[in-house]
Amino acid sequence: MTDDRMLSASGLNLRFGTVPALVDVAAELWPGEVLAIVGESGSGKTTLLNVLSGHMAPQSGQVLYRAPDGTETDVHAMSAPMLRALHRSDWGFVHQNPRDALRMGVSAGGNVGERLMAQGSRHYGDIREAAIAWLAEVEIDADRVDDLPRTFSGGMLQRLQIARTLVTHPRLVFMDEPTGGLDVSVQARLLDLIRGLVARLGIAVVLVTHDLAVARLLAHRVMVMQRGEVVETGLTDQVLDDPQHPYTQLLVASVLAA
Amino acid sequence: MNAIQTHALSKQFLLHLQGGVRIPVLHEVEFHARFGECVALSGPSGAGKTTLLRSLYGNYRVGSGALLVCHHGQMVDLATATPREIVAVRRDTLGYVSQFLRVVPRVAALDIVAEAARNVPREEARDMAAALLQRLNIAPRLHSLPPATFSGGEQQRINLARGFIGGHPILLLDEPTASLDAENRDIVIAMIREATARGTAIVGIFHDAVVREAVANRVHIVLPHQEAA
Repeated sequence: MTDDRMLSASGLNLRFGTVPALVDVAAELWPGEVLAIVGESGSGKTTLLNVLSGHMAPQSGQVLYRAPDGTETDVHAMSAPMLRALHRSDWGFVHQNPRDALRMGVSAGGNVGERLMAQGSRHYGDIREAAIAWLAEVEIDADRVDDLPRTFSGGMLQRLQIARTLVTHPRLVFMDEPTGGLDVSVQARLLDLIRGLVARLGIAVVLVTHDLAVARLLAHRVMVMQRGEVVETGLTDQVLDDPQHPYTQLLVASVLAA
Repeated sequence: MNAIQTHALSKQFLLHLQGGVRIPVLHEVEFHARFGECVALSGPSGAGKTTLLRSLYGNYRVGSGALLVCHHGQMVDLATATPREIVAVRRDTLGYVSQFLRVVPRVAALDIVAEAARNVPREEARDMAAALLQRLNIAPRLHSLPPATFSGGEQQRINLARGFIGGHPILLLDEPTASLDAENRDIVIAMIREATARGTAIVGIFHDAVVREAVANRVHIVLPHQEAA
């Protein structure tokens, strides 16, 4: 198989004091692939997401990103402006709390348009049109385009964050518990939306979730983490239906069936 | 030509939460199915028919042995294939109809079926899906509804439509008629026969003897591990 991996990380180690957050972690991702990182809180999954996306440096190991032109760069050797540029263009990041990503004092349309302007778009009419189109894409009515995000519900805020992230057509999106803290019905709508957009746009996703049902619905592959170690990895349905590691068996057995 | 074949396929489950109990289910199974034939897995309850079927799909990991699938004219061993290779084999070659539909919240029945179509534009996929659902007696007024509230028989027919729309060269069926009445059962029998006539290899578990006799060209007996050993 030709090596067209988009992201390849190896030998990642990170400790917080005496607490191991990442223990010799390796990960890889191909274009268009959705990878879920699952585990309980404290298992290191969010730390791994932050290290893969360059937000947090590992104590050892490297994360390589291959750009569309084939050049490979070490994410943690990049200059800060280069990494910021990457996050504005090829990459996107969806936070669990949309307030961490949105500007609450700027209109919904402005929040979406801002990403385009950061990429160099200058034509006001085009930006507004793109913003309205993306709000529609995430099922927010066009007549809310000038409203401030603080008038939005939690589910709407999360959809607005997704519109803001996807408007620049990233090829890789990192998601940290994107449906965490939302009502179940709101969660279902959001999951369906993410699933549809990811499949249609062919975006690669690294998704952190503690919810195995979310992993099953969205991910091609899963990595199971426990105390900073990847204890099991593989095809999503294989890992969930035929778990091998004691911890994965415990996770799968602990899910309440509705 | 063999579409799917196993060699000395063994599978045991190791249950860590139950004190490390080992449950051997499949022991050196030799199985094959050719293109254009329907093979029924038969045997007493608990013998491992479903485990074998799920193993053939790569849903259960192969313990030891080989699991060869004819994918784009080449035999691929799913026992050693990477997850990405298995995803590709499932996309282009190997279809599976589970006993129960795993519903996706909010997605309409028609879209659940249409999104499983392969190599056709979206509109055409929706037309194909509508026609298949119609054939399986799912009324058009139900097509736009998410199937979460549908009856067991309706959900099973949506699952079947989803399985058949892709036209995969190999199709695995787990009790495809378990919740169906006689009329719908006969429709599924006709669909299976048409598929094998087109050259599809079908492997299935059919508890209903009428269905089994109507569709199976051959029966593969699965015996409980102790008796087989």
